[in-house]
Amino acid sequence: MTKPESEWTWKELPAGTVMLEPGNADQYRTGDWKTLKPVLNKELCIHCGLCYIYCPDMSYNLNAEGYFIADLFYCKGCGICSKECPTGAITMVVEGEEK
Amino acid sequence: MGKRVGMEVSIAAAEAVKQCNVDVISAYPITPQTHVVEHLSELVANGELDAEFFCVESEHSALSVCVGSEATGARSFTCTSSQGLALMSEITYIASALRLPIVMVIANRTLSAPINIWNDHSDVMSIRDCGWIQFFAENGQDVYDHMFIAYRVAEAHEVLLPVIINMDGFTLSHVIEPIELVEQEKVDKFLPPYQPLYRMHPDRPVTMGGIALPGIFAETKKAQEVALWSSMPKILETWKAFGDMTGRYYNPVETYKTEDAETLLVIMGSFGETASAAVDLMREEGRSVGLVKIRLWRPFPFEEFKKATLGAKQLVVIDRAVSIGGPGGPVASEVKSALYGEVMHPVVYNFVAGLGGRDVSPADFIKMVDKAEIEIEEGNKEGYEIYGVRE
Repeated sequence: MTKPESEWTWKELPAGTVMLEPGNADQYRTGDWKTLKPVLNKELCIHCGLCYIYCPDMSYNLNAEGYFIADLFYCKGCGICSKECPTGAITMVVEGEEK
Repeated sequence: MGKRVGMEVSIAAAEAVKQCNVDVISAYPITPQTHVVEHLSELVANGELDAEFFCVESEHSALSVCVGSEATGARSFTCTSSQGLALMSEITYIASALRLPIVMVIANRTLSAPINIWNDHSDVMSIRDCGWIQFFAENGQDVYDHMFIAYRVAEAHEVLLPVIINMDGFTLSHVIEPIELVEQEKVDKFLPPYQPLYRMHPDRPVTMGGIALPGIFAETKKAQEVALWSSMPKILETWKAFGDMTGRYYNPVETYKTEDAETLLVIMGSFGETASAAVDLMREEGRSVGLVKIRLWRPFPFEEFKKATLGAKQLVVIDRAVSIGGPGGPVASEVKSALYGEVMHPVVYNFVAGLGGRDVSPADFIKMVDKAEIEIEEGNKEGYEIYGVRE
């Protein structure tokens, strides 16, 4: 596990700032870019998975109950899932104002 | 001692590339660089050099290919001039920041407009701060020798930086000179196969060229700047090793008849030989004039330069590029920076000469020294002009 960028000194950087650990982008919290977050109404959800397919950041994961849920650590709040949902089950709400 | 052969300097450069046993050559033709890569393409086509020769559609792609090939651990070479370098400039910054030890020869030519295919240093000065080690060659032997030196320095793990060898277009690239060749066995010993520190390989994946956010970008630049400064000991060590092998020793700053000289000419590149002839003529007349030749432009050898010049009364710095709207020529700027901290330092008088291939003869150097000495005597301590312009 690589450390946060704020803890690196210039002397520790590998030559050419080569990243030696593959896949470290998963440590990058893109979730704090959003102003709106997706909220799922489970009563309308038909488990079609279009939100999962369309999500450009692969934020959606299937949970144990069979629902696709956005991981808010990565979700940038783009709203594509809400737009594509055929039953209108996903609503974009202002963070902190959801009921 | 190696065989001494009369050959065009571009061909000698290409032969040196062959002797370095490069894996990849990628280039786009532009005058006056063409003979170097033409000869290399012949060597590859004839099976004399086992390398991939990429015919790309632009110089931007030429260097991009080298970035990619070097990242896989392949020894790579490119060569360009002028507008080609300008088109390539974006990638020059990437090659150095990714610490890829590419070697490039620039057959120096001015930049348009007006269009002009002849020599000055405008092209390389446009990428002065691109983070490459930069040599200026005085003659064909310099160009040939520095190919081996460049790869050995570039690929050292404590360096890992790309290197530019500046060769004045036509003045060097297209003249035939006696070149003393280095035997292949010696080259092989001097320059072992490249062992990359990190490389693109499926067995051990790494990411090169990732994003750096504001929280870490400054650290990457500090690391890069320290790397360029740290290359200095390796350059000196490599010149020494090359000298021990061939008898030809090189220095960051070369001096000629500078002992007790009151006036020193300061130049870079092929001006060196002509200026030496001018110094000989002036010395014959009993004038106290010497010559300082800057061979290493980046990292700039501040200490060696000060050592070579601090005893003089005045420096006549002859640039081959203009910094339009700036303080004169780029070399004079550097020289002034080098001397600023010294309590007692020589007066710096700056000429720009030889733009767009205009000949600068020994008589011209003497005229410039005459003019500078008179002007300084009359109290003009900030002299700067483009020499020989018709009013």
